[in-house]
Amino acid sequence: MSALLSIERVSKNYGPRIGCSDASFELWPGEVLAIVGESGSGKTTLLKCISGQMEPTSGKVRYSTRAGREVALDAMSEAERRFLIRTDWGFVHQDAREGLRMGVSAGANVGERLMAVGERHYGRIRSTALDWLGRVEIAGDRIDDSPWSYSGGMRQRLQIARNLVTAPRLIFMDEPTGGLDVSVQARLLDLLRGLVRRLGLAAVIVTHDLAVARLLSTRMMVMQGGRVIETGLTDQILEDPQQPYTQLLVSSVLQV
Amino acid sequence: MYVAVKGGEKAIDAAHRLLSEGRRGDPSVPEITTEQISEQLALAVDRVMNEGSLYDRGLASLAVKQARGDLTEAIFLVRAARTTLARFGYTEPANTSAMLIRRRVSAAFKDIPGGQILGPTFDYTHRLLDAGFDRTSPSLVPETPSSEIPKVLAMLGQEGLIEQPQASGTAPGDVTQEPASFPMPRDQRLQTLARGDEGFLLSLAYSTQRGFGRTHPFAGEIRLGEVEIEFTPVELGFPVVIGEVTLTECEMINQFIGSADVPPQFTRGYGLGFGHCERKVMSMALVDRSLRADELGEERVAPAQDEEFVISHCDNVQATGFVEHLKLPHYVDFQSELILLRKLRAEANVMQEAAE
Amino acid sequence: MNVPAYNFAYLNEQTKRMIRRALLKAVAIPGYQVPFAAREMPMPLGWGTGGVQVTAAILTPEDTLKVIDQGADDTTNAVSIRRFFVKTAGVKTTEVTEEATIIQTRHRIPETPLTEKQTLVFQVPIPEPLRFLEPRETETRKMHALEEYGVMHVKLYEDIARFGEIATSYDYPALVNDRYVFDPSPIPKFDNPKLDNCPALQLFGAGREKRIYAIPPYTSVKSLDFEDYPFSIPRWEKPCEICGSRASYLDEIVTDDKGGRMFVCSDTDHCRKQKSAA
Repeated sequence: MSALLSIERVSKNYGPRIGCSDASFELWPGEVLAIVGESGSGKTTLLKCISGQMEPTSGKVRYSTRAGREVALDAMSEAERRFLIRTDWGFVHQDAREGLRMGVSAGANVGERLMAVGERHYGRIRSTALDWLGRVEIAGDRIDDSPWSYSGGMRQRLQIARNLVTAPRLIFMDEPTGGLDVSVQARLLDLLRGLVRRLGLAAVIVTHDLAVARLLSTRMMVMQGGRVIETGLTDQILEDPQQPYTQLLVSSVLQV
Repeated sequence: MYVAVKGGEKAIDAAHRLLSEGRRGDPSVPEITTEQISEQLALAVDRVMNEGSLYDRGLASLAVKQARGDLTEAIFLVRAARTTLARFGYTEPANTSAMLIRRRVSAAFKDIPGGQILGPTFDYTHRLLDAGFDRTSPSLVPETPSSEIPKVLAMLGQEGLIEQPQASGTAPGDVTQEPASFPMPRDQRLQTLARGDEGFLLSLAYSTQRGFGRTHPFAGEIRLGEVEIEFTPVELGFPVVIGEVTLTECEMINQFIGSADVPPQFTRGYGLGFGHCERKVMSMALVDRSLRADELGEERVAPAQDEEFVISHCDNVQATGFVEHLKLPHYVDFQSELILLRKLRAEANVMQEAAE
Repeated sequence: MNVPAYNFAYLNEQTKRMIRRALLKAVAIPGYQVPFAAREMPMPLGWGTGGVQVTAAILTPEDTLKVIDQGADDTTNAVSIRRFFVKTAGVKTTEVTEEATIIQTRHRIPETPLTEKQTLVFQVPIPEPLRFLEPRETETRKMHALEEYGVMHVKLYEDIARFGEIATSYDYPALVNDRYVFDPSPIPKFDNPKLDNCPALQLFGAGREKRIYAIPPYTSVKSLDFEDYPFSIPRWEKPCEICGSRASYLDEIVTDDKGGRMFVCSDTDHCRKQKSAA
């Protein structure tokens, strides 16, 4: 078995400023990796670089396709890359409005990726959309409603359904619970954990919240000042952090 | 030098003198009269009345002459004059259904009761320059205007196919008298658009047609003609006709909306202006409709749907004032910028040298 | 005053050549929007300047021109454009579809089937079928290049979800030659089937948006739809009240302000022929 995603010395500079520097890791099928750090640590920049949303200044991002072929993201044509992004990958934005098509109904939001890969049967699109709304705990009678009428938590769940409908193998999440109430956060995390396990999804989750990392991830990477300073199994890092910065993070959050 | 610390007054006097000379042009060419402007540059005068927000052909013509044909400048002159006028009260609503029509077209139906009346329009002229028109213009006897022609949108209304305008139940506001605030009720929005810059509204309307806030418009009806204006003097207690104004009105039919409770209906956009001003009222109607996004539950994604953006920037007297104010001295501000910039650059140089 | 003298069909020869080059490219890549340097015409943009430029570029003194707007030869804009070409090119004109070698149209395709000897020139306001889903040109061009057309179906899906059917009645998008989704200009969807496998050359000119595109003779044009909601065209309950035709597109005419309506052919030439044949 080969790694699903291989990141090799990825760096991104914004002019003279460093976004992220020299990050390397491998992600295996079904594995959930949390990238943790405070704002400005470079975690979101790294996420954008490895998910094809931003071109890294240097370094390589490689992905193993379903056919078992390893492709370098920068060597793919734009058509191939865009196809990969909308079928095999998913991206959950912190602000659901960025990840949803707010001008169309919830059903169309879920159905869009199916139509993008050639599904042309309205009835099937609709029943698949209904099924997915159910899986993310959205009542079926809300299918024709606009996402504008949804609460923040519902929008986030809709965004997740929209991403998962094409059965991607890898999903990227940028602070998926950010900006939600604590109780809503808990429900969403629970749902995400269930989905990821049931579907055997691999995921990269960027969060500043160690609780999110603890609940969802198997491995963790801690970033500070654009660099990865510590990496390891989540439980291990949380119980025995090596770096002073990680120790500070863990002690400040987890004692509560 | 355009303004020095001293000599400004002198410079201004000299500028005014030069402006007067410029305005008059070559003295061997006969001077244009305001009557000529009013009669022969009638559409320029209409625009100045509209955006100047004052129905007075004489003043507007004078303004055009005084502004050397710069209409934004003329509008400014009329606005400035308007603020000096005494205010007697508000007239009764103008009844455009009773308009004595000179032109009336609908793009929604091929034929309509009362007919399509092409009237005086550039529409089907070929824009070929032709110096001969003023020598050969025949003296056309104006057609007797038709009257009491039913409204196209009212016919759709009988079938319930178009939304009925809702009365707010309160007296209309007056944007010339009250400061604007957002969200703005539709009556005040329409008043602001009626005074708004034709070019700006035209461009915004155009943007909605190109996909930035699409509203699927059909020109339901455009009519041009004369409308009697009634006023109720306090001492009489009943309305009397105080005069007649030329108005252009546009009623747009726009994309339908519907919900579980209400069957689908077309929606409306409305435009009205002084004189003959089709481009203005059509643009106004498109922008009016797109500004109803919130009311009709549409996603606001385009500039023309952004009430604050549109309303805040559509007045050309305001706009020209602020843009052109950049010609005024800004020595002090600029100087402080210079000081800051130089300081920043000096620091950067020190750091660079240290690094080397 | 210096009034310029005008060339045959108004445009100068360089401009015509520029337009012809765009036309050749358009024919070579059916449905692809070819940018062209549209000129100012002595009529307002949005009133058929694209069609007028295309017609001017292909017109020869031997041609017979028919101009229709909304299907009719007598509509004001059709009259205006026809007069323009009579004035600037002196070509023969006709109202009879069969007699015409070039037909310039706005919003309709004639009811009379076209032949290989004819060219149909469409006036196009918005050539981009993706425009209302994506206003930015940079993005729509990329979507065309990569055949990312799923979003077109999102619009159709929304129609069905909201209205129970595809609620696009004109300007109905179609796939040309199994490659490019294109905008047939605001013709009613009733006319879409006529685009498919048509013996005549079909040219589309958008002046304000500066685009030309084409459907060569006998090219496949498929209107977008869902398998379970197939493309269909409207039918009228009653025949044309003038000629009795049941197969033509009908205009609604308001006869009074009390709800009176009558339905008559929009294609006036077709209606006249049907009536005299009856």
